[in-house]
Amino acid sequence: MLYREAGQFISHYRADQRLFRLRQDRIGFYLLLASAFVLVPYCGNDYWFSAILIPFLVLSLAGMGLNFLTGYAGQLSLGSAAFMAVGAFSAYNFNLRVEGLPFLLSILLGGVVAGLTGVIFGLPSLKIKGFYVLVSTLAAQFFVQWVFTNFAWFSNDSSSGVITAPPLQVFGLDLSSPAGRYLLTLTIVTALGLLAANIVRSELGRNWMAVRDMDTAAAVIGIAIPKTKLLAFAISSFYLGIAGSLWAFTYLGTVEPHGFDINRSFQILFIIIIGGMGSILGNFLGAAFIVLFPVLMSHIANGLLAGVIDAGHLENFQKIVFGMLIIGFLIKEPNGLASIWQTFRQQLRVWPLRY
Amino acid sequence: MSFFFEVLVGGLLAGVMYSLVAIGFVLIYKASGVFNFAQGSMVLFSALTFVSLLERGYPFWLAFLLSLLIMLVLAWAIERWVLRKLVNRSPITLFMATLGLSYIIEGLAQSLWGAQVHGLDLGINDEPFEVFGLLLSQFDLFASAVAGTLVIILSIFFNKTRTGIALRAVADDPLAALAVGINLQRLWLIVWAVAGFVGLVAGLLWGARLGVQFSLSLVVLKALPVLIIGGFTSITGCIVGGLIIGASEKLAEIFIGPYLGGGIENWFPYVLAMLFLLVRPAGLFGERQIERV
Repeated sequence: MLYREAGQFISHYRADQRLFRLRQDRIGFYLLLASAFVLVPYCGNDYWFSAILIPFLVLSLAGMGLNFLTGYAGQLSLGSAAFMAVGAFSAYNFNLRVEGLPFLLSILLGGVVAGLTGVIFGLPSLKIKGFYVLVSTLAAQFFVQWVFTNFAWFSNDSSSGVITAPPLQVFGLDLSSPAGRYLLTLTIVTALGLLAANIVRSELGRNWMAVRDMDTAAAVIGIAIPKTKLLAFAISSFYLGIAGSLWAFTYLGTVEPHGFDINRSFQILFIIIIGGMGSILGNFLGAAFIVLFPVLMSHIANGLLAGVIDAGHLENFQKIVFGMLIIGFLIKEPNGLASIWQTFRQQLRVWPLRY
Repeated sequence: MSFFFEVLVGGLLAGVMYSLVAIGFVLIYKASGVFNFAQGSMVLFSALTFVSLLERGYPFWLAFLLSLLIMLVLAWAIERWVLRKLVNRSPITLFMATLGLSYIIEGLAQSLWGAQVHGLDLGINDEPFEVFGLLLSQFDLFASAVAGTLVIILSIFFNKTRTGIALRAVADDPLAALAVGINLQRLWLIVWAVAGFVGLVAGLLWGARLGVQFSLSLVVLKALPVLIIGGFTSITGCIVGGLIIGASEKLAEIFIGPYLGGGIENWFPYVLAMLFLLVRPAGLFGERQIERV
């Protein structure tokens, strides 16, 4: 009854181009934002901030980055974690070596460096396509990890390449408490999320989708393939770089190159498979799933099956269930959780009728 | 100079081991167009099964047969519950499904047989001996002999038997193959089972080298540059690619590594494969793709 578009007429182009065309969607979005910014910091506890909400937000951002590249532009990547590492380590070095550089600016510069790195490793994609692109992203993955482990300069000569978060000061405010770190992450993720939602429906986003669906055809209708592909790599790596900085500074506090290994890349790929390829909302749903699923599994194991399963078995069991879920999603719901949400929304619009 | 050749030969022989994993890839890619990321976990699973059976007191041949049987069951399950449901999907979707598959197989392997490292002794002593002034490892020679035999058997299988010819037809054009009455599902089962067999052989050799443990499933990542250089569709390409990767990786580590601080083995093959792609986008022996709108 409440979710109706009756009486909402679009009479301006501006109204037609809104992010949320339905008034109810807009209200819902504002309510969500308000509760995330006001309600949650007010009633959340430290465990929720540090162990659930911050990783959830950072992984959503990383998912967005990979989704640009894989979900929208159709270039398969197994090197997401490498670009996260580049972002984190560059931001750390900017902050360390440039006197008085604001924290936010160093994160931004870290993202830019990650973006440029992405362009370099994206160059081979101009000549090759399909699975062959994988090898270039894998090269990025292993090369970047090697660089940060082997050259101590990047981690200011600390042992085994560990970097530590600079003081989290933004505009004179100290944000090092869990709630502060949550708010900082939330602000950045919201801003970049809105930007992402607009990028994918701009000309660039449409070009990406054309390249994904069939690059030869896209070239025929006059889309500049090299520019489109390289921009996909650049913007994707920029997002991943910022996510890497946040992962290192607001979530973990200290991180070593090993924290950005290939398993992290897989994790981000799973986020977009489960959440939904080619969807911005999907990244949030997928990240929520990835963060909450292990928590849920260990709760079940501790509650129902206490003493029956030990930790090692639980981990293997988790892996099996995870693999099954991925295959299940690919078979039943190839567009992920986001498409379940879309179907639900569609049904809500016409309820109680069926269509 | 003799040191150079020693490193070269050592690298070439190590490369054969990469080829063994890559062959499993090519078999599946040729027959079903699936880029099987789970090949590495199949190597792990088969080797772990074999070792665990051996440790429970089964004789060598029985353990081998039982592991083969289990790989056959696995292939059947994969065909029945994964491939059949994903017919006609995009290659990227299939690739991601095998990624999920690799998680299932790894989890299964470790929850069935435990996660500890198992030693594996194939009864070949690994003492180096001298040929023309070069120190060679007997084990590596054995591995290359196995790989050579495997390639010969597979090429006879592909060129002479009815099933093999049907497989080539499917690789060429699945729809046309279906139209002339080739049973696609049976062929997929066969090819996954054969890939499982190749995985078992690779697993035994790698396991004897490194111990049977989780890291076996990571050899899949090293097989990727091999495939790129050799081409995704050629078994000969696997061998040549493996040799190139093995040799160049060891040479680079020994002769370039010290200038860069060592450890370049980890990424060198990928960069090499990348440079290679710029010159020959389809690999050495791969089929050139023709694109139409």
